[in-house]
Amino acid sequence: MITNGTGKTVVRLHVNGEASDVMICSADTLLQTLREQLGLTGAKRACENGDCGACTVLINGEPMHSCLCLTIETINQPITTIESLRDSAIQQKFIEKWAIQCGFCTPGFILNCQALLNKHPDADDETIEEWLQSNLCRCTGYQEIKEAVKSLLPKGSAS
Amino acid sequence: MLENPWLSIGKPEQRIDAVEKAAGTVRYTADYSVPGLLHAKLATSTQAHAKIKAIDVSEAWKVPGVRAIVTGKMFPYHIGPILADRPPLAFEKVRYYGEPLAIVVADQEYMAKQAAQLIHVKYEPLPVVNSAREAFQTDAPLIHENSGKYMKIISNVYPVQGTNIGSHIKIRKGDFITAWENCDIKIKQTFSFNLSDHAALEPRCTRVEINPAGKVVVHSTTQSPFTIKKVLNQFFNIDVGNIIVHVPLIGGAFGGKGTVQLEPLAYLASKAVGGRMVKLEFTREEDLITAPGHIGLEATIALGANKAGKLMAGQYTYLIDSGAYTDQAAGITRAMALDCTGPYDIPNVWCDSYCMYTNHPYATSFRGYAHPELTFAVERTMDKLAHKLKLDPVELRKINAIKPGNSSPTSAVLNANNLGDVEKCIDQAKKLIDWDQGERLETADGKVKAKGISTFWKTSTTATNAQSGAVLKFEADGSVNLNCAAIELGQGSKTILAQMVAERLKMDIKKVHVTMEVNTQSDPHQWRTVASSTTFLAGRAVMNACDDAISQLKRTASIALQCSMEDLEVGGGRVYLKPSPEYGVKIQDIALGYKYPNGHAVEGQVVGHGRYIQRHLTPMDKDTGFGKPGPWWSVGTQAVEVEWDPADCSYKILKAVTVLDGGKIINPMTATQQMRGGMYLGLSFASQEGFIFDQNGTVLNPQLRTYQMVRFGEQPAEYIVDFIETPAADGPFGARGIGEYGVIGMAGALANALSTAAQVELNHLPLLPELIWKTRKESQA
Amino acid sequence: MIPFDFEYYRPESVTEAVKTYEILATQDKKVLFYSGGTEFITFSRLNQLDAEAIIDLKGIPDCHQLELQGEHLVIGAAVSLNKITESQLFPLLGQTVRKVADHTSRNKITIGGNILSRFIYREGVLPLLLTEAKVKLAGSSGERVVPLKVVFDKQMNISPEQFLIHIQVPKAFLNLPFVSIKKTRMSKVGYPIVSIAALVKDKKIRAALSGVCEYPFRSPDIEAALNDTSLSKEEKIDKALGQLPEAIIDDLQASRDYREFLLKNTLLETIEALEATQT
Ligand SMILES: Cc1cc2nc3c(=O)[nH]c(=O)nc-3n(C[C@H](O)[C@H](O)[C@H](O)COP(=O)(O)OP(=O)(O)OC[C@H]3O[C@@H](n4cnc5c(N)ncnc54)[C@H](O)[C@@H]3O)c2cc1C
Ligand code: FES
Ligand code: FES
Repeated sequence: MITNGTGKTVVRLHVNGEASDVMICSADTLLQTLREQLGLTGAKRACENGDCGACTVLINGEPMHSCLCLTIETINQPITTIESLRDSAIQQKFIEKWAIQCGFCTPGFILNCQALLNKHPDADDETIEEWLQSNLCRCTGYQEIKEAVKSLLPKGSAS
Repeated sequence: MLENPWLSIGKPEQRIDAVEKAAGTVRYTADYSVPGLLHAKLATSTQAHAKIKAIDVSEAWKVPGVRAIVTGKMFPYHIGPILADRPPLAFEKVRYYGEPLAIVVADQEYMAKQAAQLIHVKYEPLPVVNSAREAFQTDAPLIHENSGKYMKIISNVYPVQGTNIGSHIKIRKGDFITAWENCDIKIKQTFSFNLSDHAALEPRCTRVEINPAGKVVVHSTTQSPFTIKKVLNQFFNIDVGNIIVHVPLIGGAFGGKGTVQLEPLAYLASKAVGGRMVKLEFTREEDLITAPGHIGLEATIALGANKAGKLMAGQYTYLIDSGAYTDQAAGITRAMALDCTGPYDIPNVWCDSYCMYTNHPYATSFRGYAHPELTFAVERTMDKLAHKLKLDPVELRKINAIKPGNSSPTSAVLNANNLGDVEKCIDQAKKLIDWDQGERLETADGKVKAKGISTFWKTSTTATNAQSGAVLKFEADGSVNLNCAAIELGQGSKTILAQMVAERLKMDIKKVHVTMEVNTQSDPHQWRTVASSTTFLAGRAVMNACDDAISQLKRTASIALQCSMEDLEVGGGRVYLKPSPEYGVKIQDIALGYKYPNGHAVEGQVVGHGRYIQRHLTPMDKDTGFGKPGPWWSVGTQAVEVEWDPADCSYKILKAVTVLDGGKIINPMTATQQMRGGMYLGLSFASQEGFIFDQNGTVLNPQLRTYQMVRFGEQPAEYIVDFIETPAADGPFGARGIGEYGVIGMAGALANALSTAAQVELNHLPLLPELIWKTRKESQA
Repeated sequence: MIPFDFEYYRPESVTEAVKTYEILATQDKKVLFYSGGTEFITFSRLNQLDAEAIIDLKGIPDCHQLELQGEHLVIGAAVSLNKITESQLFPLLGQTVRKVADHTSRNKITIGGNILSRFIYREGVLPLLLTEAKVKLAGSSGERVVPLKVVFDKQMNISPEQFLIHIQVPKAFLNLPFVSIKKTRMSKVGYPIVSIAALVKDKKIRAALSGVCEYPFRSPDIEAALNDTSLSKEEKIDKALGQLPEAIIDDLQASRDYREFLLKNTLLETIEALEATQT
């Protein structure tokens, strides 16, 4: 049984392919730990309520709101943050398709898109919409983000 | 002349911030931390209007780690950008739900939060003023008992003592009363919407420390670093020179980060702990309601025309819900008056624009500064008038489109240089929305497709001395660094400024390095990054700096090449002889001065300076509004096509069109981004957004779960953006500002389309299916 | 950020979980079961909830089952909503929970958490109410399987020391003709104004509703009205509306009148869609 009392403890996380020891309380969210302990500030704090997707990271390859996870829940699970996605195709497409303005929503969006493309390499419009509705962007109007994702799908799969 | 191979203006250059943003490595204000940083949390009001009988902080002090607690009594003064009417921390009374009452400073954020929750406030409730209309009643409870005594920070604000009027701006142009009597057709309509929010994805955040030498160092999510200096100087008696403001990249602002709220609070907090660095980061809930939002409005418009549809007289009454304090709403009140007619030539205008205090969260500038709001009301009225005249709505707009030679409501003379081409925009938008294919069509599956159009204009009412500066420093490799205090909020300003440098110096844009962060100590003064003024103001300053650098380059090169400066030209990373371009010197060889073969050196580093200040702007006359408030009017036309389902009144936005005359477009892709983003913001505001208040003035939806906005997939299936490029004579490369424009006509166009679809008058926002359903039901009853 | 600290336990079996609860109870601690945790975290952040200890049920294999066992589909309480949808084992449930929250949140929200939620919606329970489902509960008095309808009336009525291990849905209900409709204020992501799950069993419509009243419910009277062959569609709906267990709610999402209008529409859509499956 995994247990954790109150106060600070050191636990081991698996972030971006590396084991990292962090000092946490049971009450710490993964978002806090990534940002404050590991300096992985690509995950943004924008609502802490599961409403905006700015804090999205991948846990076991699945997109998760890191504001809705306790750090202690995630030990022994592979966590992927934007910092490990360097020069990925989806990042390139976000740049090429003008899907970035202020950039605050970008890490969350890109990670969600990456997970979507991994799981549904031939996603249709409905699936894209279902997944990406989890992320808010206040700047772009979403059109360019949609183009960025669709440009990585085989032609004809999405109508 | 040789063709310039380094053309950058008009090209879709990649944004200079895109790579880092895609990598997620950009650090925004809240992303920095240092050991020893203290955290501040606010205790905020749970009442919308009440006397503060007592604030008990004794329980809060018991939380371990608490270092200081600051209450309003410790700074019982009022501040504000236009009228100083707002205490940073409430004292004596609270005027809105969510108003800051006390600050707790503690070692850790959770400690500060725990303690803030333990601050107990005893209130004596006062009657709540819950709308601008209520506030306007003669017997309304007073929100500010002494508004007549507040200090005016800038001109053109007129609070009326003994009422809830925070300011009243008048326009009296021509002879409205006589003209109105002679109109053949008259209509009058009332429109309204509640306060809403910018909801930039990045919540506001600041860090302040006071170092032992008395320097106040601020890091903040702000559009107005120099205003922070001004406020800290004016109200807290700190020497301007001792205040340094740092601004990294900003995660969206939309006007909401233009005003100064957090910084004085964090300053008071830091002061209470001996100047240690204190961070104050708003939660989403605080960012929505404690921080200022977007005005509410009740507008009544009366239009009179002759039989041919020519507008003869217009009367406009705007009751602006500014919430508990005037902040920028006082300026919006003025802006709403000075462009009150929309882009139409109306000889006789009567406008009363009132900034009304209510017990709602206060409002500040919002992208478009009064124009999306007034345009919604004006454009709905225009449609209604067209209906009454049995004229095509597009035709009515064309008949009345404002032109060079006409004058604005404040009687400013319009000419081909300061006014875009309204008619061209209308024609182009009409084409792009396929207007002639029909305004309303019933589809085979029982749905209705309908279109709506909206024309708009806007002048940017900057301060009459708004200005900007730029410094260009050359490196030993011939590349150049640009420093200026324009802030990157996502709008792409820094990229555009780099393009201007590249074009003017005829160099590769990759050799132009722009400092992304702003530091008020090293960057030249800039008014603010608001009001679509950056391309214009900073652009002019940058061009000026380029010219300065060019003349320095030529001077040094003339020594190296032993010729006169007049013979030289700069381009392609070289300074060369005009008649024989092959003969010249590389910039890298003169960037840090020229060294003779014998080792002697002359001239030194090339450092170009540039500046620009607004010219010939005047404040408005108190009684008539007469004046020249802004440098130019950008104009445009927008249109929307919807598919509406009569079965449940739900709808989809099929198409949204913007045609803007923004002068010369520096970067077509960043400009398109700005338009689409603006259209999205306008459509989201118009269709879904707004605070919901209960009868006590409590905001019932202070979270993104319930303060809903358009999500992915709900945006228009197609955004169509087109530009008419009538060059602005004094703009940099002929450019005008465009940043706010995409948003302006959207509410009007959407409301017109849906009114046509549902065949009812939709005069309130947000345009929820429920509103359409209710309006239909009432009109059938 | 959660402003208070608590103890965290992730037991690996039902027995261990029960024992952990008992020990903590003897220490007079306020204990909560924790599944997806999204509700716990969001409510705690706003100080609308507190606990001195939480027991995370995600470590218990029994709570992760999602498979056919004999005559039943077994759905562990800690199975995420997305897993249920993706499995396609019970399409009506899959489609209903697919409309809860947003896709990313549904990777975290669990069926157990949804059914035991403090919110008035609990949309995940709607299909279960139609299917003679049973629930397996654990507590100090051991494990027991009871019909859902015995413990669910408006909400799950179980004692604080009890927790849900899994849900059993009889196979016969998994692939019946169904509809699942959710109407929101505007955006697809949002709380329901009306949410309905309905199916046809033995030529009779069964329907359960959420968002309409203060709790999710299935009503025999409403079903009787909807199945009354002597009535026209409109009459069925009017009659059904007269059978609501309590007044229609009036809140941020919609006024009472508009909700009633949408409810009528939704019932009509439901009847028509289900009729279409019968021809
Ligand atoms: C962004 C967002 C949007 C939402 N939208 C909707 C919506 O549209 N419709 C809707 O119906 N709901 C909605 N919800 C609510 C959500 O379904 C509930 O909050 C649900 O409780 C979350 O499940 P969880 O597993 O994360 O819960 P947890 O936080 O783990 O648990 C919730 C409650 O159930 C108890 N509990 C959990 N598992 C068990 C168990 N096995 N035995 C006994 N008790 C248990 C916990 O003690 C707690 O009190 C939304 C939530 C979020 C975060
Ligand atoms: S910060 Fe996690 S969803 Fe908004
Ligand atoms: S780019 Fe600013 S929120 Fe998406």
